[in-house]
Parts: sequence; structure tokens; C-alpha cells
Amino acid sequence: METFANLADGFAIALTWQNLGLALLGCFLGTVMGALPGLGPSNGVAILIPLAFTLGLGATPSLILLTSVYYGAMYGGRISSILLNIPGDEPAMMTCLDGHPMAQKGLAGEALSLSGIASFIGAFLATWGLILLAPQLVKIALLFGPAEYFALFALAFMTLGGVSSTNQAKSAFAAALGLGLAMVGVDSQTGVPRFTFGEVHLYDGLDFLVAIVGLFALSEVFIFLETRHGGSDAQGRKMEIGRLYPPMSMVKQCMPTMLRTSFLGFLAGVLPGAGASLGSFISYSMEKRLVDKEGKTFGKGDPRGVAAPEAGNNAAAGGALVPMLALGVPGSGTTAVLLAVLLALNITPGPLLFTQNPDVVWGLIAALFIANFMLLAMNIPMVGLFTRLLLIPPRILMPIVAMVSFVGIYGISGSSFDLMVMIGFGIMGWGLRKMDVPLVPIILGTLLGNSMENNLRRAITIDNGNWGTLIDSPLSLTLWAVAIIGFILPLVFGRRVKAQMHERRDEEGSISD
Amino acid sequence: MSDRIFGLFGILLAIGFALSALAIEESFLSDAVGPKAFPLIIAAVLGLSSAVIALRPDPEPHWPALARLAELAAAAVVMILYAQFLPEAGFVAATAVAAGYLAWRLGSKPLEAVLTGIGTSVGIYAIFHLVLGLSLARGPWGF
Repeated sequence: METFANLADGFAIALTWQNLGLALLGCFLGTVMGALPGLGPSNGVAILIPLAFTLGLGATPSLILLTSVYYGAMYGGRISSILLNIPGDEPAMMTCLDGHPMAQKGLAGEALSLSGIASFIGAFLATWGLILLAPQLVKIALLFGPAEYFALFALAFMTLGGVSSTNQAKSAFAAALGLGLAMVGVDSQTGVPRFTFGEVHLYDGLDFLVAIVGLFALSEVFIFLETRHGGSDAQGRKMEIGRLYPPMSMVKQCMPTMLRTSFLGFLAGVLPGAGASLGSFISYSMEKRLVDKEGKTFGKGDPRGVAAPEAGNNAAAGGALVPMLALGVPGSGTTAVLLAVLLALNITPGPLLFTQNPDVVWGLIAALFIANFMLLAMNIPMVGLFTRLLLIPPRILMPIVAMVSFVGIYGISGSSFDLMVMIGFGIMGWGLRKMDVPLVPIILGTLLGNSMENNLRRAITIDNGNWGTLIDSPLSLTLWAVAIIGFILPLVFGRRVKAQMHERRDEEGSISD
Repeated sequence: MSDRIFGLFGILLAIGFALSALAIEESFLSDAVGPKAFPLIIAAVLGLSSAVIALRPDPEPHWPALARLAELAAAAVVMILYAQFLPEAGFVAATAVAAGYLAWRLGSKPLEAVLTGIGTSVGIYAIFHLVLGLSLARGPWGF
């Protein structure tokens, strides 16, 4: 009952003109970013953070704007998957498999509207899952001491490569690099400068927003420059949508699929190291095995093959918010970026967020419900508008992305030094993406590095310098065990899962969500 | 080959990181762990993972031709110049040039690139400065 009272309070917060406007803006921008190949949820949110920040939005409004973008991107990705057979963002990859064949059969409108409904159901159920599960997780997290937190951070890093990772060494490298970057600056406990090389600008540490925008947004510009991929993929392709509503029988046929895959996607989102891409992959493969045993219809334009990955990835997006809000430890790329928002606003996520800032949590959750309805409205009747946006070529889009990134970072500090650091991160991000090094652990490392170190030092100081305290309690032992299993599992299964998942993979793999 | 070089570079980075961690001056008021321990753990992870990357390399990534690399370097130089001249030239002028350059190099025709540059710069100025009130770099002309 308490949950409903909280939710009612949340709606009271979310239902202001400003917050509704921000949710609407976020939904629109998110759908656009998801639809355009080259911009996905993580870099889309990344370029908007500094702006939300410099515009002086409070915590709740910023989060409402940015999570609406996140949810919106999950909807938008399907549009170019279905119409052009090019995923608009990584989670929409599986939607190509049946969505495009449907469009070729002249059922583009049905595929788009059905996937819109599937997205809605996935996101709607996942938001309920968030409401029910997050407070339970908070209860567990309140038992955590510094040693358990240290183990939890280790778990996040060790599983972040994910089940789909082929090279755990590169994930570990990325995590260590990020943690190392976080060490730059004055040590908060003893006050000695570390790794600053006498540069005064570095005493405050590297601004993680600068790192995020450089790694995610600017590196994308470099990738496009490298391939000189300036034309729009939609140019000269006919994009006829046809009828905008699916027949009732089709929706009915797909309903069990949507419900099953929403549940599955949500689970995939909550688990560390998964995320929306994996959510849609698992959903599609399971449905294929379940309803198409002989392999006759899936891959040839089966509506259930469109509904499954879309419900799955939207549900996973909601699920991924659970560990981010309840534990302060994100399990996917975009939630890592959302964590940066909270940290930049001096709000510590985790169990205390629910007790100290319930307005932020419940306002956000209520806004997600509202945003989801807005997205449904935008993505079914108005889908034609977004298909026209696919015609914007990258040669116009990418300069805008680059310049908005510069504006955001310059707006925060007004210093050219930060811009130089951002360019450095952009180049580094390009190189690392070429080398197939995942970027998300780097971001997570820069975000969590200091708090991970503080927990380590606190735990050991409390126990008078005894390092054994790290594995002293059953709770931390469990966390370490999960971390180690999560690290080793991909070594066994990784290649197989990734090969199936990335049959049509491109360089977006490094910033996958 | 790329992975072997990359791994080697990572090992050097780890050694450098460890050395500068050891060089951190300890303050007399230190906790039980001190400011060096965690960076040293990180250096160890960095070094180990780099060694594994070097010993078990992935298939060679697809590197662009030299001309494309020069293209990237040129874009990076333009961005650096942009960062340096932004406070002096003002937002609108600097952004128009930088956005126009990027548009041109991404395959726009010259006229189209100029229009994209000016459009991007004026558009961002209008939305972010005039509507949203964000402070942007002021040049000699006040914008």
C-alpha cells in the first residue's frame, strides 16, 4: 500500500507543466536519436547531460528528461530496422530479422505499429517491475557495509563485459583504465595530489562528463569521418508505410509473446552485465524456439518475431534502471550515463536515494509511466514524421552532434582545457572502438573509481588494516562468488552468444547497451 | 599484430601508472591503506589484462588507409583549433567554421557545407542562447 502512496506522490511531482514538457521533449528527442543510425541511447543521453546540467535543471527534471530519452531511443531504433534493415541502435538489431521481411511484404505499417505496441507493453510492465523490485533490493542493500560495497563494485566491473563479451581481457583493461583515470586528482582522504603531473587543472580530477561526451559522442563523429559515410541510407529507398494500425487478430496472436518476452527482457535488464541488446536477443531466440519449432516463419516476417525483441528491449531498459537506482551500480551503458547525471547533481544513488530523495525516485517513476503513453502516441499515429527524419544525412547530422557536444561541455566550465580533454577522449574512443575495447567499463570506472576506493579504505581502516575483512561476511563472499562466475561464464559461452548476436554487427558494439 | 602492440602499450602504461603511484608523496596523516594501494591494484589489473591481450590477440581490426588517418588527424586539429579560438573568435564564427569543415569532410558539396556550418551555428545560438539562456563564448562582436 505504501508503494501506491509513494507513486501518488510521484505523480504529484511529475504532473507539473515543466516536467510534462521535459518528458515530451525527451520522448521526441529519444525517438529521433534511436531512429537515426549513429546515435543510440547511450551517446544520445551523453550529449544531453551537460545541457541539462548547464540549464540548471534540478535532479528530478533532469532525470525525467534523460530517462525519457532513454525510453524513447528504445522505441525509435525499430523504425530504421523495419524500413531499411539497418538497426537504428544496437538493441534494435534483432528487430531487423522479421521486421524488414514484413516491410518487404508490404506490411511496414503493421510492423511499425505492432512493434510500437510491443514496446509499450514491455516498457509498461518493466516500470511496474521497477516499482515492485527496487524497494526489495534496497532492503538488501541497506545491510551492506563498505566491504560489501567494494565487492559489489568489483561485481559490476567483472560482469560488465557481459555474456556477449568475447574478450574479457579487453573488458578488464577498459575497467582498469577507467578506474585509473578516476584516480587523477587530489586524494580525498589524505589531500595529496595523485597523477596530476603538476597541472593545476587536474587537481579536481577529470570531469567524468567530459570523458563521457568525448568517448561516446565525439568518437562517433570520428567513426563517420573515417568511413566518410556522409549519405543517408534512406536516400532513394521507398519507404511506404501503409496502414497504421495492426489488425486486432495480429495483436491477439502476439499478445502471449509480448507478455513472455517483457518478463524475460526485464530479467535480462536487472541482471548485471546484460542490458537491452541482450534482452532483445534472448527474447527473440526464446520465442523462436517456443512458437516456431520447425523454423518456418521466424526470419521471414513473422509478426511475433517483431513483437518479441521490441517488448524485450524496452523491458530490459526498465529493468536496467533497478540496479542503477537501488544499488547505485549500473549494469549497462546508458544507465552508466544516467548515473553520471545523478553524480553530477551531487545525488548519491543507492539505497539512501529511496529514503533521502524519495521525490526523485518516485517522480521519475511516475514520469516514466507518463512518458510511455506519450511514446505510444508518438510512435503509432505519428511514425511517419520520424521516418522522414531518416532522410537526414550524417554529413549534416554529425557536425551538429559535434557542436552540441562542445557547447555542452563549454557551458559547464567555460574552459578550453576541458574541450581539449574531450577531444583527447574522442580520439581515444575512436582508437579503442577500432580495437574492440568496450567503452562502458571506462565510463563506469571513472564514475565509480573514487567511491570504490573510499569503500575499500573505509573497510580496511575499520578493521585496523586487516585486508581479510574484504571477504569476511557471507554477503560479501556471495558477491565475490557471483562476480567470479560472471567473469568466467563469458569465457565459456561468450563466443557462441556473440556470434549469434552480432551476425550483422558493426562498430556500435563498443558502446552497446 | 595490432593487439600485440596494443597489449605492449598497455603494459608500459601499467608500469608508468605503477611508478607514478609509487611516487605519490605520503602525507603524515594517512589511513591504514594510504593513497598508493588502490592505484597499485589498478596497475596490476591493467598490466595483467594487457599481457593477456598481447599474448592472445584478436583478429586484426580493419584499419583505414593512410589518407583516411590523415583525414582524422586533420579533423582533430580543426577541433583543437576550435577549442583554442572559441573564446577569442566568439561562438557563432568559430562554430560555423568548424561545423562547415566537418560537413565538407563528411562529403557535403562546398556550398552545402557552408550552409550547414552557418545553419548549425546560428541554430544552436538561437536555441541554446536566445531561448534557453545558456552562456556561450562571446567574441569581439558579442556573439
